[in-house]
Amino acid sequence: MESKSPELEHPKPAFGWAARDQSGLLSPLKFSRRETAENDVAFKVLYCGICHSDLHMTKNEWGVTQYPLIPGHEIVGIVTEVGSKVEKFKVGDRVGVGCMVGSCRSCDSCHNNLENYCPKMILTYGAKNYDGTITYGGYSDTMVADEHFIVRIPDNLSLDVGAPLLCAGITVYSPLRYFGLDKPGMHVGVVGLGGLGHVAVKFAKAMGVKVTVISTSPNKKQEAVENLGADSFLVSRDQDQMQAAMGTLDGIIDTVSAVHPMPPLLALLKSHGKLVLVGAPEKPLELHAFALIAGRKIVGGSCIGGMKETQEMIDFAAKHNITADVEVIPMDYVNTAMERMLKGDVRYRFVIDVAKTLNP
Amino acid sequence: MAKSPEEEHPHKAFGWAAKDTSGILSPFHFSRRDNGVEDVTIKILYCGVCHSDLHAAKNEWGFSRYPMVPGHEIVGLVTKTGSNVMKFKVDDRVGVGVMVNSCKSCEYCHQDLENYCPQMIFTYNAQNHDGTKTYGGYSDTIVVDQHFVVRIPDSMPSDGCAPLLCAGITVYSPMKYYGMTEPGKHLGIVGLGGLGHVAVKIGKAFGLKVTVISSSSRKEREALDRLGADSFLVSNDPAKMKAAFGTMDYIIDTVSAVHALAPYLSLLKTNGKLVTLGLPEKPLELPIFPLVLGRKLVGGSDVGGMKETQEMLDFCAKHNIAADVEVIQMDQINTAMERLAKSDVRYRFVIDVANSLSQSQL
Repeated sequence: MESKSPELEHPKPAFGWAARDQSGLLSPLKFSRRETAENDVAFKVLYCGICHSDLHMTKNEWGVTQYPLIPGHEIVGIVTEVGSKVEKFKVGDRVGVGCMVGSCRSCDSCHNNLENYCPKMILTYGAKNYDGTITYGGYSDTMVADEHFIVRIPDNLSLDVGAPLLCAGITVYSPLRYFGLDKPGMHVGVVGLGGLGHVAVKFAKAMGVKVTVISTSPNKKQEAVENLGADSFLVSRDQDQMQAAMGTLDGIIDTVSAVHPMPPLLALLKSHGKLVLVGAPEKPLELHAFALIAGRKIVGGSCIGGMKETQEMIDFAAKHNITADVEVIPMDYVNTAMERMLKGDVRYRFVIDVAKTLNP
Repeated sequence: MAKSPEEEHPHKAFGWAAKDTSGILSPFHFSRRDNGVEDVTIKILYCGVCHSDLHAAKNEWGFSRYPMVPGHEIVGLVTKTGSNVMKFKVDDRVGVGVMVNSCKSCEYCHQDLENYCPQMIFTYNAQNHDGTKTYGGYSDTIVVDQHFVVRIPDSMPSDGCAPLLCAGITVYSPMKYYGMTEPGKHLGIVGLGGLGHVAVKIGKAFGLKVTVISSSSRKEREALDRLGADSFLVSNDPAKMKAAFGTMDYIIDTVSAVHALAPYLSLLKTNGKLVTLGLPEKPLELPIFPLVLGRKLVGGSDVGGMKETQEMLDFCAKHNIAADVEVIQMDQINTAMERLAKSDVRYRFVIDVANSLSQSQL
């Protein structure tokens, strides 16, 4: 039996922008959303952040993309309908959805609020739902998700600048906590000053941590120090600067997803320091065993965060006035935005004004 | 002009040294310092042969200085104590491991982490504060600051205890630091040699389920029947490895040659930890996706501090853990090194220094 077209799969008409092939170019697509089931929350999408993962996926750089693909996993909006068993949310609530819309809810990871590590976790877009249909993300007018995967956005956190926290925010918040790099007085490095990096600086500062931004671009220094509040800035290609900073950092959050050398970063760490990668280069990196052994250092990775921690992160951000620095764009600018993002030409996240500019 | 090794210090000493990058050892006359107020002089009974001795003797790490007297798994008897030494007396049975000094004033030294002190001095192939070279335990005597001497528990055999001074602490310390001590959790140990076999014993004493992972299927019976491992995984059997994916809480990787980490990372559960202890001379390849997608980590560890080394010995005494050794004569050392390079030993050579060193002078 031939599978149904996106428009006919589900009962509720929906509209968004999708990539249709490996060019990654997005264009309007009519599709459909499921009925709001008893545990579901449906909401009108107001804004959606553009994450670099969206670019990787639209161009099938990871080899897992099925077209048409509607990206977007930094989604915020206003609740329009709740299922009969939903108690945490009501119509009119300000909510968000991040990178996941489902998990098995019964494995060890799920039981420990680590749905992000569940082997059956369902991504917000480009993944197979339990009913066999593909999930569609937030570059669209409406969203439906199980209430377990919905977070509440506090009133004092504006939706446009809050949206990127749903992926970028949790991606850096979770490892700062898990790897213990959140203690006042610690000195943490942030490699890469983009969507993830700039939010990492803000979270770390709010946790009382001294922050050094490590970047290949010397022209980002002023921004880093004056606007974002970083304590210092290291140009990674400057051998003298890197040498002078050796053994000064308790930890490093490395947001760079291109292949890059680890030894200079490990050298920046004090003994017992931790290098945490949140960007995932596709090729292995060279590891000199001595570098880890001589100082009992660690290299670890982290991938977003569980739902409980995502809510905790949003509440922390609201409390400490942490927002993403965004450039709000209309829907039809999205292809240009993708090109600019590829060149790092954005301070620091594009956010699509879906409600006002997504017109069928 | 620098003095010869024989004339550097007042007390004659004799040992075996490597003289060049061939790593071949031969008799060597040198000298030990006067016993200072903090010092203990030790007549060496046994010295374990650690794979690091082989790496160093052949300058595989690039910083060897010849002549080099290796040996950092030393057990002996106290023959002299300095006036400030209260912890030890003559005839006490003591041990010396990988370090003989540190700055004693930095944050690491203050936390009993002398092994991470930037000015820590290795037992051999390092420079003393007076500019002279340190010489290790393939020799008749050694003079060491009391802080870097440990007591050997009465119940432990001298020969079986010697390897614990490096191999033992090298696996015990990361097991504590990385939290690999929760009874019932699953520990994988890669490589069944000097480090690996002691890790099996200590892992079982912590109440862990232990799987030995090895490229040699012939080690299976040993691992299960004699050492007490719960299971055995042949690392070059892809089907068996695949069946074990995502089953281990921790892995201790003792392999000293360059090898792929990816298969071992796959064996770990989410949040799993792999500790790498071997020191290959070339870099390893670390795939990042598995670390990110499973929040896994790779860490290192370098022996342990003095307090922890004593704690480890006392733990081993309590649980009747000693190394499995093949005792050799001093003049068999070069053959032993060749066999060690081929992993042909169960599981540590230990030199019977007291009974064979002086004879080798003749």
